[in-house]
Amino acid sequence: MPTTVSMTVNGKKVSGSVEPRTLLVQFIRETLGLTGTHVGCDTSQCGTCVVHVDGKSVKSCTMLAVQAEGSDVLTIEGLAKDGKLHPMQEAFREHHGLQCGFCTPGMVMSAVDLVKNNKNPSEHEIRDWLEGNLCRCTGYHNIVKAIAAGAKAMA
Amino acid sequence: MYSFDYQKAGSVADAAKAATGEAKLVAGGMTLIPTLKLRLAQPSKLVDLGGIRDLVGIKAEGGGVTIGAMTTHAAVAKSADVKKAIPALAVLAEGIGDPAVRNRGTIGGSVANNDPAADYPAACVALGATIVTSKRKIAADDFFKGLFETALEAGEVITAVSFPAPEKANYQKFRNPASRYALVGVFVAKTKGGVRVAVTGAGEGGVFRKKSFEAALSKSFDAGALDAVKVDAKGLNSDIHASADYRAHLIKVMAKRAVQAAR
Ligand SMILES: Cc1cc2nc3c(=O)[nH]c(=O)nc-3n(C[C@H](O)[C@H](O)[C@H](O)COP(=O)(O)OP(=O)(O)OC[C@H]3O[C@@H](n4cnc5c(N)ncnc54)[C@H](O)[C@@H]3O)c2cc1C
Repeated sequence: MPTTVSMTVNGKKVSGSVEPRTLLVQFIRETLGLTGTHVGCDTSQCGTCVVHVDGKSVKSCTMLAVQAEGSDVLTIEGLAKDGKLHPMQEAFREHHGLQCGFCTPGMVMSAVDLVKNNKNPSEHEIRDWLEGNLCRCTGYHNIVKAIAAGAKAMA
Repeated sequence: MYSFDYQKAGSVADAAKAATGEAKLVAGGMTLIPTLKLRLAQPSKLVDLGGIRDLVGIKAEGGGVTIGAMTTHAAVAKSADVKKAIPALAVLAEGIGDPAVRNRGTIGGSVANNDPAADYPAACVALGATIVTSKRKIAADDFFKGLFETALEAGEVITAVSFPAPEKANYQKFRNPASRYALVGVFVAKTKGGVRVAVTGAGEGGVFRKKSFEAALSKSFDAGALDAVKVDAKGLNSDIHASADYRAHLIKVMAKRAVQAAR
């Protein structure tokens, strides 16, 4: 049975009709049209769907939209402010932390959450944190460099 | 996913009442939602524990800790109380899945699910934890009943898990290189009542105690005490990831490392 769900996404109050089985990522992409959040594996492994819910990184393919009722959600589209990229996005661009770009939204959202928890992460801590974010193109070298630089820029 | 109804429970009593028949509780959803996507389950209704504040939080009590069922792995990993009373438990929580999984997955869900490769069951059994439910208190030794089987009855909700503090403990996990679940995980605890050793990831019936290790380590809490103890591969899993013999070998290696690292 369809039901209405309401939450704040990137600072805006939104609501829409969903089924209980509608995933948060489907609500974000299909109802709200925010397609920056990707679906890669759909099996909770790859992390391209990472968004922040109430300030914490979660896999939006493994959360129901109804579970996010009343929550504050931040997606990749919410990071840039006044036409200016977030320092972590800027660092990914500067350090070429991507090739095809498919995993990038999840990488950036995970990275921003990492820096919230650990202002000055070591290379090892960055790699460890990326356990749930898979990149199929280049490997992780430039992504790790970008995150280290992004962390400094966010300080 | 098949379709289902959804109800946000306001209290444990609410949840227990609603979670009967074909209805199912949902906590962090990190196991249940992937299962639903694969259409391996078809609940009529999901009863969400996510709104019950009483189920979240960690209390330091009598030297040990009591962890509310809806407390996430990330919260356990960060908790000063857990780090102080049972540092091995904080490290175990930090090693579950990835950060996003740890931000949603809960101790209650992990224990209720009793995945044969999950980490928490080993901690519960080795530390002699008590699983507190809406109905009763269950000793960890009596709680885990085999693959994905527990002592929980229909409509019974886990509310907390209580861990007494050991003198020393450590958990060593040999990760499956792909899934990062435990191929073999060994939790060793030196407690007032003796040494307890629990093994996850390896047994055909899920978590089990390694009594021969416990006997040897109770005499002498030293990794060398395990040298002479044979590990039989009988009853251990054999799959594409590892043979039973390899798992038997790893059980001893991981146990020795845990003894060496215990504090
Ligand atoms: C990519 C990935 C990697 C992972 N890696 C690991 C790992 O390395 N080690 C590990 O141990 N786990 C791992 N997990 C599993 C994770 O720890 C889950 O969080 C946990 O198994 C289930 O907790 P949950 O809160 O998400 O429960 P849910 O998925 O919501 O529920 C699981 C089951 O428990 C029942 N249940 C939930 N709460 C209660 C309660 N309070 N009382 C009674 N029944 C209840 C539900 O009805 C359901 O049957 C991983 C998961 C993913 C997606």
